[in-house]
Amino acid sequence: MKKTRRILGLFGNFDEATNAIYDIRASKIAGLSVDDVTLISPIEHPEVEEALGDRPVRVQYFTFCGGLFGLVGSWLWISSAQAAFLVQPQGGKPVVTLVSNFVLSYEMMILGGVLSTLIGFLVGARLPSRPSTLYSEKVSLDQVGIILELDDTQIEPAKNLFRNHKVLEIREEVMK
Amino acid sequence: MKETELHHDKDIRDDLAWSQINSDILKSLENPRRGYWYTVIGCLVLLAIGITAAVLQYRYGLGMAKNHPHMWNLYIATFIFWIGMSHSGTLLSAILHIVHADWRKPIYRFAEAMTTFSLMTALLFPVIHLGRLWNFYWVIPYIPARGTWPNFRSPLSWDGFAIMTYLTSSALFLYIGMLPDLAIARDNTTGWRKKLYSTLSLGWYGSDRQWRIFRKAYMLMAIFLIPLAVSVHSIVSSDFAMSIMPGWHVTTFPPYFVSGALYSGCAAIVTLFILLRYYFRWEEYMTLAILEKICKLTFAIAMVWTYLNLVEFSSVWYGHDIYAKEVLWSKMTGAYAPAFWSMMFFGSVLPFTLAFQKLRRHIPTMMAVSILLNVGMWLERWMIVSPTLAESFYPWAWDVLWPTLTSWAIVLGSFGWFGLLFLTFVKIFPSVSMYEVKEMVYHRKLAREKGAAHGHAGGAQPAFSLSMRKEDGS
Repeated sequence: MKKTRRILGLFGNFDEATNAIYDIRASKIAGLSVDDVTLISPIEHPEVEEALGDRPVRVQYFTFCGGLFGLVGSWLWISSAQAAFLVQPQGGKPVVTLVSNFVLSYEMMILGGVLSTLIGFLVGARLPSRPSTLYSEKVSLDQVGIILELDDTQIEPAKNLFRNHKVLEIREEVMK
Repeated sequence: MKETELHHDKDIRDDLAWSQINSDILKSLENPRRGYWYTVIGCLVLLAIGITAAVLQYRYGLGMAKNHPHMWNLYIATFIFWIGMSHSGTLLSAILHIVHADWRKPIYRFAEAMTTFSLMTALLFPVIHLGRLWNFYWVIPYIPARGTWPNFRSPLSWDGFAIMTYLTSSALFLYIGMLPDLAIARDNTTGWRKKLYSTLSLGWYGSDRQWRIFRKAYMLMAIFLIPLAVSVHSIVSSDFAMSIMPGWHVTTFPPYFVSGALYSGCAAIVTLFILLRYYFRWEEYMTLAILEKICKLTFAIAMVWTYLNLVEFSSVWYGHDIYAKEVLWSKMTGAYAPAFWSMMFFGSVLPFTLAFQKLRRHIPTMMAVSILLNVGMWLERWMIVSPTLAESFYPWAWDVLWPTLTSWAIVLGSFGWFGLLFLTFVKIFPSVSMYEVKEMVYHRKLAREKGAAHGHAGGAQPAFSLSMRKEDGS
């Protein structure tokens, strides 16, 4: 069935939130999988994220490509600049100098890597964006939230599951 | 061990409520002690003195700084000082992040800010030193209409690339690390602050996707920053070491510069740590246990710096370069001797105060020592630049040049500029990482509870994880 609603459950106890996710993984609600779960947390929380299973992060590919581009691109840029400026006295030295260009390319490799990591982070984390209307400011304080995307038949079972794990508050919105 | 002593030795109390962490840190945006405002006024005065001197210098020429015939004098020495100061913040933050040393969490934010603002201060000096700041853009490598083109073989060009890379990367590292805290500030403020934090937090709401990517991106940036920071000061040392000037053409200069940079940066972290702890009443976060750790680190780096000094001196002494020997002897016994021996005292003898626990825990002593260490490190940079130029291969340059009032005023102004930038930052942005202090408190509490359950008094256990839960069968 089509997902029509989104609900947020706020928990004061991280263990309860983790166990709620384990219950969802154990397919306690028909048609609801862990892929429909988003965890929102006030701290970096690998322990709770473990319950969600492996979710790939691809920012390192951005970093690699950016670093490579910085290295090669700057080498070509600097070398072509040197080659274009023929008036420069060479003093018997080569026009394109390997050692000094290595230093500059090394710096540009790092700059390329850092900038592309930033881009990868923004793309992957879908930023900038507007926080969901379900977002609660309590999450930036001391509570952990679980957002579920549900069809109409799953709403009540999901709320009951939350209640079984001592949820503090449940919010609901219609998906556009 | 008594309960009070145990509490005393903790990096942070693990019973701090998260709401208290939020409110204590966010209070710093509104309510500093009066000392904060006195320091702002002091910085404004210094900056005004510096600007006045700079205006006069541009009005009447660089002769006001009496640079001729050495050219490189106080401005270049101060440039190196500020570059060095920038080193510890980001570098230490990155290293400690990679090795999971969680005591960095309450202090890394302001240290990274210190890096960024030190670099911004350092960048002023090559421009001031050139004398014609409006022509500075000539060094930028664009297709030249006037036939100007930077010499890529020169370490001075490398400096430009390295410093701009370091500034960009450090500022981004600082910003990315601050995103979750900007979201907290967004959720807890009103008015112009809410608008500012809403814009800067980019809509961060702490989803698992965001945290996973954040964790990896932050780690990747940290990995880049370590070799970058080392390369930046190595390149600055190349400005000297790649020349054939006596006293500069030294193989150990890159590690010597890097250790000196780490040294002055660590000393500056101690100074700023004490100031922020006082301004914002952060005794709960900037604890004596953490201060002790930074002091021990500073002591270790001071010994490395001392060792590299001795290596340099003995290499010259036992070498066959009579010109280098002459410069060294002149530093020790000539006109610059008072500055040289002060540098040795402040840099190599004074740090032994950091070896004593009682002194490390005495805040006024540490404040004074950290400032004097940086005086020593400033003298070190001056002793690198000026004595060599006074004994160089050019007989017409054999002259001891004492800085003029104008150059001193501009140097003082740079401290005002740095201070103002830093103080503005700590008043607008959370200078202690709230989310990471929460993590620190959370994991230490879990580790203690786990340790208690297993009968360990100290609770020195690895961070809590699900795999540990499974082992327990819980």
